[in-house]
Amino acid sequence: MAELYLPMLITCLLAGAMVGSLVFAGQLLGPHVENPAKGESFECGNPSTGSAWGRFSVKFYMTAILFIVFDIEVVFMYPWAVVFRRLGWFGFGEMMTFVAILGVGLLYVWRKGALEWD
Amino acid sequence: MILLIIISLVKALIAVHIVLIFAGVLGWIERKGSALIQDRIGANRASIFGFAGAGLINTMAADPLKFLTKEDIIPDGVDRLLHTLAPCVNLFPVLVAFCAVPFGDVLHLPGGVDVSLQAIPLGVGVLFVLAMASIGVYGVVLGGWASNNRFSLLGGIRGSAQMISYELAMGLSIVVMVMTFGSLDLQEIVRAQGHLIGGWLPGWGILYQPVAFIVFLIAGIAESKRVPFDLPEGESELVSGYFTEYSGIKYLMFFMTDFAEVATIAALITTFFFGGWQVPYLTPDGFVFPGGASLHINHYVIVLMQFGAYLLKVLFWSWFQIMLRWTLPRLRYDQLMWFGWKRMLPVALVNMVITAALILALQGAP
Repeated sequence: MAELYLPMLITCLLAGAMVGSLVFAGQLLGPHVENPAKGESFECGNPSTGSAWGRFSVKFYMTAILFIVFDIEVVFMYPWAVVFRRLGWFGFGEMMTFVAILGVGLLYVWRKGALEWD
Repeated sequence: MILLIIISLVKALIAVHIVLIFAGVLGWIERKGSALIQDRIGANRASIFGFAGAGLINTMAADPLKFLTKEDIIPDGVDRLLHTLAPCVNLFPVLVAFCAVPFGDVLHLPGGVDVSLQAIPLGVGVLFVLAMASIGVYGVVLGGWASNNRFSLLGGIRGSAQMISYELAMGLSIVVMVMTFGSLDLQEIVRAQGHLIGGWLPGWGILYQPVAFIVFLIAGIAESKRVPFDLPEGESELVSGYFTEYSGIKYLMFFMTDFAEVATIAALITTFFFGGWQVPYLTPDGFVFPGGASLHINHYVIVLMQFGAYLLKVLFWSWFQIMLRWTLPRLRYDQLMWFGWKRMLPVALVNMVITAALILALQGAP
């Protein structure tokens, strides 16, 4: 068990150390000169007009919901894709039923206009 | 156990350095390539005593030193913790995902030690790479949200919607490759491409799945947020998109992520569709040509040749993506979403169904 995941742990630690040391070295080596104009958020030279943390288009929310539905479909396909030769035509029929149900779902959101971006 | 740790550490060091060097070299290729296309000279200043060293000095030394010694500005009103975390969350998964890609066959060291040349030898390497690609979305969203800047926020949410939309088509095209080769192990997938079709044609994935290749290439470029899909950082609309408020080394980290993603997508294209480290007609004993001629080669030379072939293929597909950037115009956001959901997703789904039916019909269900 340990032999299986140890290389992954070592690689993650190495990559993490590299990323962390970059940020740390930047803090250490760079100059730090305070200036009120420097702290303003960039809005093409205009004075900043308040916080950006407001509302944004609900379309992005809709896309995320649709993504979750279809991504879970893809996740279910992976185990099937590995063993589908052994499952044969029966497994193929089962998966096609699953894909057809989600295909109807895709058709529905398509016709409803949820995929339109105006 | 100690030996395993040492071997893993050496392999991880090699793999992480490959991707970091690729990030640097590709940065230089992008500048020089754009200069070539736009009829300029480009990137010709950094040199040591007049020796530019094919851009290596430029990118390996000059860029990091310049960025490291610049001030790392954290503007007022940002979420300080997330602002620092975002470039790390962006860069880390790309580095790790690249390490999961095999860069050579098994190396037989003296003393009976066999080393599989893959920094993260996992049985489910495909899932691991996909998971890391998904984590990359967080870096974009955090960077956009933490900056408290309207351009950044818009770039961040644009980027997240784009990346998750194209992830579907990408996942489906990889499902097809898993079905073709019957394994989730990247090393096994590369090995399965070692045979010859009809005795002379290398059995690379693209010959079996040309549609999946095109879907994967387009989705991969959209995942790495490059032209023609660079809406999240469109300079003419959003200044720099989700990293507008970054400077110094953190800006360089976003920049490195960009090129590391290009290299990772190129490495995945190579692994799935162009035979990974496979050299045509090269077997573990040496060259065996279709005519019957053969040439015996030392084991270490073979491993080096396979490593070189892998690097060359990755470099070619990285170069291809960079040339694409300076050739195509940017899409509009509604076109981007239209293409991802109404073209890529159905094509990938239909391709999956046809592949499954074909494989079962040709091989006969048990």
